[in-house]
Amino acid sequence: MASMPGTLAFDEYGRPFIIIRDQQNQKRLTGVDALKSHILAGRSIADTLKTSLGPKGLDKMMVSPDGDVTVTNDGATILKLMDVDHEIAKLMVQLSQSQDDEIGDGTTGVVVLAGALLEQAELLLDKGIHPIRIADGFELAAQCAVKHLEKIADSFPVDFTNLEPLIQTAMTTLGSKIVNKCHRQMAEIAVQAVMAVADMEKRDVNFELIKVEGKVGGRLEDTVLVKGVVIDKDFSHPQMPKVLKDVKLAILTCPFEPPKPKTKHKLDVTSVEDYKALRQYEAEKFSEMVQQVKDAGATLAICQWGFDDEANHLLLQRQLPAVRWVGGPEIELIAIATGGRIVPRFEELSADKLGHAGLVRELQFGTTKDRMLVIEECKNSRAVTIFIRGGNKMIIEEAKRSIHDAVCVVRNLVQDNRVVYGGGAAEIACAIATSQEADKISSLEQYAFRAFSDALESVPLALAENSGLSPIHTLTEVKARQVKERNPALGIDCMLKGTSDMKEQHVIESLHSKKQQFVLATQLVKMILKIDDIRSPSDGMSM
Amino acid sequence: MVSLNPVRILKHEAEEDKAETARLSSFVGAIAIGDLVKSTLGPKGMDKILVSHGRNEGQVVITNDGATILKAVGIDNPASKILVDISRVQDDEVGDGTTSVTVLAAELLREAEKLIDQKIHPQIIIAGWRKATQVARDALTATSMDNSADSAQFHEDLMNIARTTLSSKILSQHKEYFSKLAVDAVLRLKGSGNLSAIQIIKKTGGTLEDSFLDEGFLLDKKIGVHQPKCVENARILIANTPMDTDKIKVFGSRVRVDSMAKIAELELAEKEKMRDKVNKILKHNVNVFINRQLIYNYPEQLFADAGVMAIEHADFDGIERLALVTGGEIVSTFDNPELVKLGLCDVIEQIMIGEDTLLRFGGVALGEACTIVIRGATQQIIDEAERSLHDALCVLAATVRETRIVYGGGCSEMLMACAVQSEAAKTPGKDSVAMESFAKALQTLPTTIADNAGYDSAQLVSELRAAHSQGFNNMGLNMDVGKIGCMKELGITESFVVKRQVLLSAVEAAEMILRVDSIITSAPRKRTEDRGHC
Repeated sequence: MASMPGTLAFDEYGRPFIIIRDQQNQKRLTGVDALKSHILAGRSIADTLKTSLGPKGLDKMMVSPDGDVTVTNDGATILKLMDVDHEIAKLMVQLSQSQDDEIGDGTTGVVVLAGALLEQAELLLDKGIHPIRIADGFELAAQCAVKHLEKIADSFPVDFTNLEPLIQTAMTTLGSKIVNKCHRQMAEIAVQAVMAVADMEKRDVNFELIKVEGKVGGRLEDTVLVKGVVIDKDFSHPQMPKVLKDVKLAILTCPFEPPKPKTKHKLDVTSVEDYKALRQYEAEKFSEMVQQVKDAGATLAICQWGFDDEANHLLLQRQLPAVRWVGGPEIELIAIATGGRIVPRFEELSADKLGHAGLVRELQFGTTKDRMLVIEECKNSRAVTIFIRGGNKMIIEEAKRSIHDAVCVVRNLVQDNRVVYGGGAAEIACAIATSQEADKISSLEQYAFRAFSDALESVPLALAENSGLSPIHTLTEVKARQVKERNPALGIDCMLKGTSDMKEQHVIESLHSKKQQFVLATQLVKMILKIDDIRSPSDGMSM
Repeated sequence: MVSLNPVRILKHEAEEDKAETARLSSFVGAIAIGDLVKSTLGPKGMDKILVSHGRNEGQVVITNDGATILKAVGIDNPASKILVDISRVQDDEVGDGTTSVTVLAAELLREAEKLIDQKIHPQIIIAGWRKATQVARDALTATSMDNSADSAQFHEDLMNIARTTLSSKILSQHKEYFSKLAVDAVLRLKGSGNLSAIQIIKKTGGTLEDSFLDEGFLLDKKIGVHQPKCVENARILIANTPMDTDKIKVFGSRVRVDSMAKIAELELAEKEKMRDKVNKILKHNVNVFINRQLIYNYPEQLFADAGVMAIEHADFDGIERLALVTGGEIVSTFDNPELVKLGLCDVIEQIMIGEDTLLRFGGVALGEACTIVIRGATQQIIDEAERSLHDALCVLAATVRETRIVYGGGCSEMLMACAVQSEAAKTPGKDSVAMESFAKALQTLPTTIADNAGYDSAQLVSELRAAHSQGFNNMGLNMDVGKIGCMKELGITESFVVKRQVLLSAVEAAEMILRVDSIITSAPRKRTEDRGHC
């Protein structure tokens, strides 16, 4: 302990005195030791994810505290489910999370890149370069790389008439996931879903309108895109019709139950007359509720709350099918899709507040009696639901994540149609550019520049390694060709298709996503490099 | 000093297994599960005793059904959990083939383990498997037959399928009888495949042969006192309404009175209300009233006076099914008799099964419904019989929907194996090794069937393979005599859907496990001691 600076001080008589409270109970790391320990932690997280990178990456099996198993390939999910304790490791987890929130794809790549940068930083530290200089160098290099990315970016045709290029892109994203068995179909679903809700003028996609639902059973091939809303509910009465056409929906948030004044009160029944009157009132109330809905012209009632048995039967008798216990977000989605208004009181119901749908039907699955309601052909057809089927829960969860990634990628393209080539091509191109730039720098940052360029190469290296290729050999070959042919579309041929030209293989990533990866990874590394002292309560283990 | 300290990334007790260790753990787990259920495969498979713990401690289940076994086995290994899950889904989707799917997935992984030892990349194995699956699926589709056009032949097919499914279960002694029962029940559904119209009632006592199919609907309920025991041309009102005190539901209401006399008055009013209700019900011109909720003495007495049969406390499932079969609707208000659809049936009578009396609704409107009553010496036998019958019904219902059939007895597995093998021979590249291993895994199914029956599996399977490669595509294992035989003559057929699902699910699961290269286990949640039930 005594060797650490700043923990002990001595007064003029040479007596030690303690500056920080509970000093002996705290763990403290400073200087290079702290940095090294951080770098180690960051790298070990990156190492875990490295094998999941790329189309031939492998999956991870995660066991939750309750023993549930998740099999996934998605970087963000792996890190989310990992029981991480180390502070720096937590930062890495957040890094992939923010890439996931912002872009939705490339979550593995960003962590691998950050890991590689940290690895390079360690080498530089060993050379005796000050961490701040390294951090600044990385920052400059990242700017240079991003600039180069913009230079090599291609514009990508996004139009409604020809979806093929988009589908190809979605297929690239899905390539590394387990769903690549029905690759094409999933990609088409993702593209169509985005196209259905995309606002081409504002170049914006409202994700609220895309809902991903999963149900165990069937095969992945049975996955469909429903142009409407799917809710995991059935009609409140088993004998209501299973298929409704040309439906007017009343969307209610009040229960079909005896009225309940919200103020606290007591209602005393003191005489027979009271009793009878109350009884009469109750019966009338139900009938009135149903009549009000009927009068508004509704042919289907969607209700957020429950129904009383008697009311339920009245609904059936008056031929007003109804659905009860529909959750809040679903109610909203239905309202958006059908163009109806959510009505909190029966009295306020009127014809213009009703939603409209062309078809409402009940779906039934398998031998188990699972039912779901599908609301289709809505007035506002922009709300869509991707309905995933699959052999088991794990596959469905994984498919959900994959579809989410694919949908994100397509959205990014709609928002910004500039792309770079995947398969490590963009990284290699930037690596070449930064290393050339490095030679022009006269200051110490030159080293950091080179290190950054080396770190960029770790992504194609990992890709090649995961694909079972000889990594260094392949990388040098591709790099040499890129320099020679000046073609930034050359990358690692992961699928062994025989060409390294990613343009031909349709392996593209959006520029935004790649840029974000570079910037986020660099920022994180900068942050880690700037920490030189860490203080944490000792966890009982002596140092 | 500090840098030598290990940096702990994960939480205390959380673990991360990487590459070799992770693979080893998943292979071992998966293969263990496969071996666990392996011995139950085939017509001569053995049963397992499952002793439950926890709430129903000491309860014994004897079963042969893969899904039931796996559901009951407590498992910690994540890879095993995937297999258990896959077998459960198979059970939900097609109802049968739960053992086969687990065994096939485990065998695939066993083969994969060998390939991994030879340093073949998992992705290459998966690529090979995918090709092999496609080939196998095509072969299976090509060999499947569709006899739905010829109704006599189709009926025979269904019988064969039922017999094949039941032959591996406890019912195999009576498979002829039960196949007929199951086929009759499913054919009554007229292709709707709605298994909820088939009700299974279990009663201990008697023998399995005393089980029977009743064309009507049976309800395990009693008729109220003094009410007619037998009603012909019944008009049934099915209700879900309180027939006890029928309180007022307006929130916050309560009775507060200042004298005894008033209480009496109120009581009278309540009674009157109930009588009103009963009168309203009677206005529907019914002679049977069935309620989901309780019927108190007073209304029961009123019904008895009116000569109406009243049945209380029919559970929700029973009510729904009753509504389905009699074509009535479930009623909760009684103000508009003219709007209510009543259920109809020809006769309601009490019948005795063993010592219990049941209500039988004969000649119901919806001809689809029927009830199977299973009798047997012990609870375990009956439970197992129900599971077996459920399997058979599911398979039959699936077959009625998708009428194609394939041959059983290891025949279609061998056929697929041969197809994959010959395709592998034509494939250049490392994929072919994986395809060969796929073929080998497929062949273990007939091997296991033969092993379980106590025959020389190596001899039989090689004979079978030879027969198939000579083009006798109908050959399979005849486990009654321990020889290979023509499945067409023996009538051992299986549903195409089930077979296809087995193939696809098993590959899917095996692929999923194979793709894993590290297992990250979170720290187990700290559990407090359970109080009471678990």
